[in-house]
Amino acid sequence: MINYKEHFPLLRNDPELVYLDNAATTQKPDSVLTTVQKYYLAENANPLRGLYALSQTATDVYEEARQTVANFIGAKDKREIVFTRNASESLNLIAFSLSELLLKEGDEILITIMEHHSNMLPWQQAAKRHKAKLVYLYPDENGYIQEEELRKKLSSRTKILSMTHLSNVLGTEQDIARFIRIAHENGTVVSIDGSQAIPHLAIDVTDLDCDFYSFSGHKIYSPMGIGVLYGKSNLLEKMPPFLTGGEMIEYVNEQSATFAPIPYKFEAGTQNVGGAAGLSAGIKFMQKIGYDEIVRRERDLSAKLGTALRELPFITVYGDKDSNKHHGVFAFNVKGVHPHDVSSIMDEAHIAIRGGHHCAQPLMKALTCNFSCRASLAFYNDETDIEKFIRQLIYIRGYFNVK
Amino acid sequence: MSNSGAYNEVLLEHNNHPYHKHALTDATCSQHGINPSCGDEITIELTIKDNIIEKAAFKGDGCAISQASTDIMLDLIIGQTREEALALTDIFFKMAHGEVLTEEEEAHLEEALALHNVSHMPARVKCATLPWHTLIKMLRDK
Repeated sequence: MINYKEHFPLLRNDPELVYLDNAATTQKPDSVLTTVQKYYLAENANPLRGLYALSQTATDVYEEARQTVANFIGAKDKREIVFTRNASESLNLIAFSLSELLLKEGDEILITIMEHHSNMLPWQQAAKRHKAKLVYLYPDENGYIQEEELRKKLSSRTKILSMTHLSNVLGTEQDIARFIRIAHENGTVVSIDGSQAIPHLAIDVTDLDCDFYSFSGHKIYSPMGIGVLYGKSNLLEKMPPFLTGGEMIEYVNEQSATFAPIPYKFEAGTQNVGGAAGLSAGIKFMQKIGYDEIVRRERDLSAKLGTALRELPFITVYGDKDSNKHHGVFAFNVKGVHPHDVSSIMDEAHIAIRGGHHCAQPLMKALTCNFSCRASLAFYNDETDIEKFIRQLIYIRGYFNVK
Repeated sequence: MSNSGAYNEVLLEHNNHPYHKHALTDATCSQHGINPSCGDEITIELTIKDNIIEKAAFKGDGCAISQASTDIMLDLIIGQTREEALALTDIFFKMAHGEVLTEEEEAHLEEALALHNVSHMPARVKCATLPWHTLIKMLRDK
């Protein structure tokens, strides 16, 4: 087995660490760190404005990153790539600006109960502002939204469907290509939260035909503080700006202003160019290894982890019975031991997992567990990580000596 | 394998076999306490007569640290006056926040000393202090 940890200095320098919280954030490879450093060492200036060579270099770095992202997700036009801080900001932008454009009193917004809070709370706020109704789709027992459920909840009032591509708790991939087609037949605009999907699935927004697709850089081996909003140009052009201020204007008068063309209309203030450069490097790192290899590794590891978890009689695993469908994300509980206690005792063995509600409280209520542990894999994990993790689970259970 | 720092035998004993996890029939006051971010939840009942805490009980749901801390605290405050119980909360907070205790203070805390390791786990301090905050609310507000 190839040792991919070698590319990641944090993992290389701490070989005892078992990092299984990749759905929260991933570690960063050397190439990302050196690219960010190179930007600040030799290329840093305020882009898009300066009339000198260094500023032009910074602008080139920023726009090259935009093109890299566009190619990565199959966007035809780099003007359709808006840089944000993270997926949460992308989703807030859509919920604000698209709602301004589309929503009237009595309209409906459709989301799923599996959404991360960041694709739920912005829509709650939008619904309040426009006196619209927030309607929920519920998954089946394996964690999938079914077509009938969508058809049942879609109505002539449904203006927006916003849903996750892959659940951050259950790891289940939703059939979004089909849902996008059905929603479009209904005249409904579709926004996809791809935060959890993009580390594990090759995305082509043109094939999917989604209207919006959001994700964070830090979940794909890139720096924190840089995120992406893909949006179809015809919608982005009509939507009002989200944040206003510097860099996003054409002309400003005392009482009014005209805005810059897309994507700049949505990028107020000096942007995170170092982050964008890092994201570009992170994407190139993934492309070099290849999605095929990443997915193959993650499937192998998922199968091992899922099988090992299900062999333990004191463990409840949530979501699909087929470990291959988890995309490395396993929410589970240890019978009789609170998830926070499990996480703390994992930490004593230098194993990092998540415990809690995973920013998806309504889903956790629907699963009737409220809280769970979550172990999530990346392609750089290995069999030893899984063995150490399972050994510690058995230790915890024995230590608590629950009947 | 580590010996599970914060999770020592005293804590596990109180978590697995809480002495005071039941209901009181003659409670004079009760108070609900919750950590919204992690969901630890307790309801404490006390029977206070002539300023003395005669009986104490709780029900609750949450991590071992929050539940054991509640059981240990109730053990300590039974038979004490309101003022004595409140004085104990001050000592407990000192310990939970990693301050050094005097020998006399340590003697007052008895089994609650088993929770001293949470001061090294910033995310878990609120689990250990939940019952103590709840107690303050009961004794100060009522």
